[in-house]
Amino acid sequence: MVTYNSTPVAKSHRIGRLVEHLFAKMPEIEASRAELITEAYQQTEGLPTIIRKARALEHILKNLPIIIRPEELIVGSTTLAPRGCQTYPEFSYEWLEAEFDTVAARSADPFYISDDTKERLLKANAYWKGKTTSELATSYMAPETLRAMKHNFFTPGNYFYNGVGHVTVQYDQVLRLGLKGIRGKAEKEMEECRFGDPDYATKMRFLEAVVISCDAVIAYANRYAVLAEEMAGREKDAGRQKELMRISEICRRVPEHPAESFQEACQSFWFIQQVLQIESSGHSISPGRFDQYMYPYYEKDRQAGTLTREYAQELIDCIWVKLNDLNKCRDAASAEGFAGYSLFQNLIVGGQTADGRDATNDLSFMCIDASHHVFLPQPSLSIRVWNGSSKELLLRAAELTRTGIGLPAYYNDEVIIPALINRGISMDDARGYNIIGCVEPQVPGKTDGWHDAAFFNMCRPLEMVFSNGYDGGEQASIQTGEVESFRTFEEFYEAYEKQMNYNISLLVNADNAIDLAHAALCPLPFLSCLVDDCIRKGISVQEGGAVYNFTGPQGFGIANVADSLYTVKKLVFEEKKVTMGELKRALSMNFGKGFDEITAREIALQVGRELAARGQEVTEEMIAATIRQVLAMELPEAEKKRYQEILDLIDELPKFGNDLDEVDSMAREAAYLYTRPLQQYRNPRGGIFQAGLYPVSANVPLGAQTGATPDGRLAHTPVADGVSPSSGRDVNGPTAACNSVARLDHSIASNGTLFNMKMHPTAMSGQKGLENFVSLIRGYFDQKGMHMQFNVVDRQTLLDAQKNPEKYSGLVVRVAGYSALFTTLSKSLQDDIIRRTEQAVNR
Amino acid sequence: MNVSGRIFDIQRYSIHDGAGIRTIIFLKGCALRCRWCCNPESQSFDIESMTVNGRRKTMGRDVTVMEVMQTVKRDMPYYSRSDGGLTLSGGECLLQPEFAKALLMAAKDIGINTAIESMGYAGDGTVEGILPYLDTYLMDVKHMNPKKHAEFTGKENTRMLENAKRVAESGLTELIIRVPVVPGFNETEEEILAIASFADSLSGVEEIHLLPYHSYGRGKYEGLGRAYPMGDVQTPPPEHMQMLRASVERHTGLRCQIGG
Repeated sequence: MVTYNSTPVAKSHRIGRLVEHLFAKMPEIEASRAELITEAYQQTEGLPTIIRKARALEHILKNLPIIIRPEELIVGSTTLAPRGCQTYPEFSYEWLEAEFDTVAARSADPFYISDDTKERLLKANAYWKGKTTSELATSYMAPETLRAMKHNFFTPGNYFYNGVGHVTVQYDQVLRLGLKGIRGKAEKEMEECRFGDPDYATKMRFLEAVVISCDAVIAYANRYAVLAEEMAGREKDAGRQKELMRISEICRRVPEHPAESFQEACQSFWFIQQVLQIESSGHSISPGRFDQYMYPYYEKDRQAGTLTREYAQELIDCIWVKLNDLNKCRDAASAEGFAGYSLFQNLIVGGQTADGRDATNDLSFMCIDASHHVFLPQPSLSIRVWNGSSKELLLRAAELTRTGIGLPAYYNDEVIIPALINRGISMDDARGYNIIGCVEPQVPGKTDGWHDAAFFNMCRPLEMVFSNGYDGGEQASIQTGEVESFRTFEEFYEAYEKQMNYNISLLVNADNAIDLAHAALCPLPFLSCLVDDCIRKGISVQEGGAVYNFTGPQGFGIANVADSLYTVKKLVFEEKKVTMGELKRALSMNFGKGFDEITAREIALQVGRELAARGQEVTEEMIAATIRQVLAMELPEAEKKRYQEILDLIDELPKFGNDLDEVDSMAREAAYLYTRPLQQYRNPRGGIFQAGLYPVSANVPLGAQTGATPDGRLAHTPVADGVSPSSGRDVNGPTAACNSVARLDHSIASNGTLFNMKMHPTAMSGQKGLENFVSLIRGYFDQKGMHMQFNVVDRQTLLDAQKNPEKYSGLVVRVAGYSALFTTLSKSLQDDIIRRTEQAVNR
Repeated sequence: MNVSGRIFDIQRYSIHDGAGIRTIIFLKGCALRCRWCCNPESQSFDIESMTVNGRRKTMGRDVTVMEVMQTVKRDMPYYSRSDGGLTLSGGECLLQPEFAKALLMAAKDIGINTAIESMGYAGDGTVEGILPYLDTYLMDVKHMNPKKHAEFTGKENTRMLENAKRVAESGLTELIIRVPVVPGFNETEEEILAIASFADSLSGVEEIHLLPYHSYGRGKYEGLGRAYPMGDVQTPPPEHMQMLRASVERHTGLRCQIGG
């Protein structure tokens, strides 16, 4: 058993001021990077892509304006403005130009953009017409795939329009060898290339790109050394002057050389973390097991007596602040889906060592305390829990949870490690796992997991069972027979399975097209040199250089599908209280609860289709007229009454999330309909597909594209989030909800599952409250739950925050796989969080 | 396992009554009619109808020990992680002595920790009968004065106090005394101290809980079509509760906590 010092260290005054500076203004979009990459590309036409990428990184890092913010100890900023963002036209740019005039005023994640910036971006973007990954990916996709995306069966938006990110690199190698050492590995590999090797050309170019990139990053750090020295020369305050001199010395040494002190390790880590995002535009670039790879440097300095715990904590806190300085502007729809300015930089503490012992150390506690001190959404702090976890660590984590910040998220080693081994990962590697982004487990420094490959809306294929594949005025999916003709529940179920399988195959088609586009146009040399086995193989991560390769698209809406299937089984086939025709009509009429524009259009198109089938000509004007009629239509009272009866019958049925075997088993089966078929597909990097079951916050916007479902969910309201029960449907308390969710097979969803629980503050009060909270997590994990996270805020507080956002600017809530400031979320997402069952415990 | 009884609710993840995470079985029927009772649907043994959120709900159902245990067992992982278990409450659970005893035995049989919340209103021999299967007895003592007790609850306290002594002397179970602190009834320092010194005199008792009166039960009275007996009596202020706690700890050797 490792001994550790868990005594908390007080927060230094500097940290509060750094945070204040960071949040003084609305974040801003800057144009420098877009201009620089465009210039570089114009100068390197005709060269191999990998070299062009390396030269582009070199050009950007040489010329990007740099800044050291007041009082910073850890330096390196991607934008001059705090929390600003650069743009990445090589992936996509049209959406931003289209949103130039709305991006500052939109409800989710607004960004300020100046007229000057708009002009500069327009000029740079013009170069990229026809050259982006999204355009190439589109050209690779089957027409059926494009149609399915148009009909919102799934959205691969993330990597379609952006870099991939979603990786943890070998920070430990950079600390141990320095970039000099990494470059050395590439040079050694070059020496070993023989003229007759079939891959000589591509391998040599890749390795050359690695060398260029490492040198570029070293030069970038040296620019900061020079800047710090200049600033020190002008600095009046002697204390700050000394700090700047030290920063200058450190930036001259790292990341080029191995880190020799804890502060050097911190700064070296930071440059890597920052440059990866400049290179790739990807989010969820996750620091991973920070407490493990930083510990040797902390320990060495502590032993030598050159580092106080106070200074170590302050440095960690400074890194936490910097993690919130990085930002990214997404298109309006994605911003809704990932709301909260989050970059999902997941940092995980605790867990086990490679040989299966408890890994808790001083830094595990200090990382938790850092989140307490900084009290900001980044990093997405996580904690690994296993049978031998230190209870003290879990209690410290629970104290952080109790603040309501939504951190940390808890992960179960006892499920995740075997799940990874099942995917062909060695035991030692599996024990070293960390989490990427929201909830995705993988092996750091060896994996290209494509963890956020798409969102698949499991409710949409269910709608297609009712419409026989007809949607939005066309045959959007396969025909599985008229739903009224099904004589047994098995026939209905089989039709759903067919609709699922067909659309899953299209999802794979989309992902693989995007994957190939990234390999062709955006291989990333710097990222690749920090992931095994790229240097040895001589290819980038994007071309399959990593040891482990996966594609992990997410399914969501399990609770809705499970409750819906159960409704059909019980009400239609077993109890025969409702006919299939009635249910179908009730769904299309939104249970008589009124129509919005989308539903009305769907009904009008259906009418048009029936007319067309009878040989009548249907014009756009007729459809438009029908929409107007539908919107003005008042349903007959008798019909409305019947829909209400159906809704009441549905309400009375047992629902997923209440620890009831019959309906929970349905959920388990429903999840398999997504997780099992996916496993049979392969990606172009030589890996397999593996399912995740979590929606980030896409359950709200994608729910808005989903009609009424047989579980009684009204049209265009949010679908259930993650593997959690539908909002407000779990009424038997937290343990029952946990048991239901644990009934799903989490191991097969090896790309991660997400269980959100909202806790009332009274459920966690006092030492006893903390202990019971930890026991709740452990009880869930004992039953093979994978992940759990909490919002500890009472409903009243959230309602008040919605009304008076100015009073709650610092209110952090757990959204999905991450936390965000409540007041920055869109109204609909705020409503969804409020609706999630509050697990109050007082009678 | 086939013994049956009448309950009106099962509450899982209860963390305020007894150690750890517990499942509380609420047995229906009570001998007292405490004016401040927050579970009026617990009082009558008869099955009745109560309006909850605008819907009529049946309060009370007859269940076997096996049926109850099926629900109780579902939270085994949480009991073992938290040293929690089963709690019987009411009503007065000892008014269904066979059922209560059978539930406690069934729980002990499979290693589940047991507790009851009861004021000890039970016939001769009942309390002795359950003690071997009971880990913790959370006993309500409301007032030391028999007359005042009768005035506010409908019954004198003699039998309860005798049972308290019996439980304490048996040494078979942990005994914790709980006092509802109700304005206008027992909220003075003098009255609370009288209960505390009684508790202190019981052998083995180390803990006393002061539970401040609350009016969360008001809606249930409306749901049952009954008038709320407490009118607009307010929850005792926190400072008052702290004063009582300090006084109890000063005058007795007991640990005193506010709330369960």
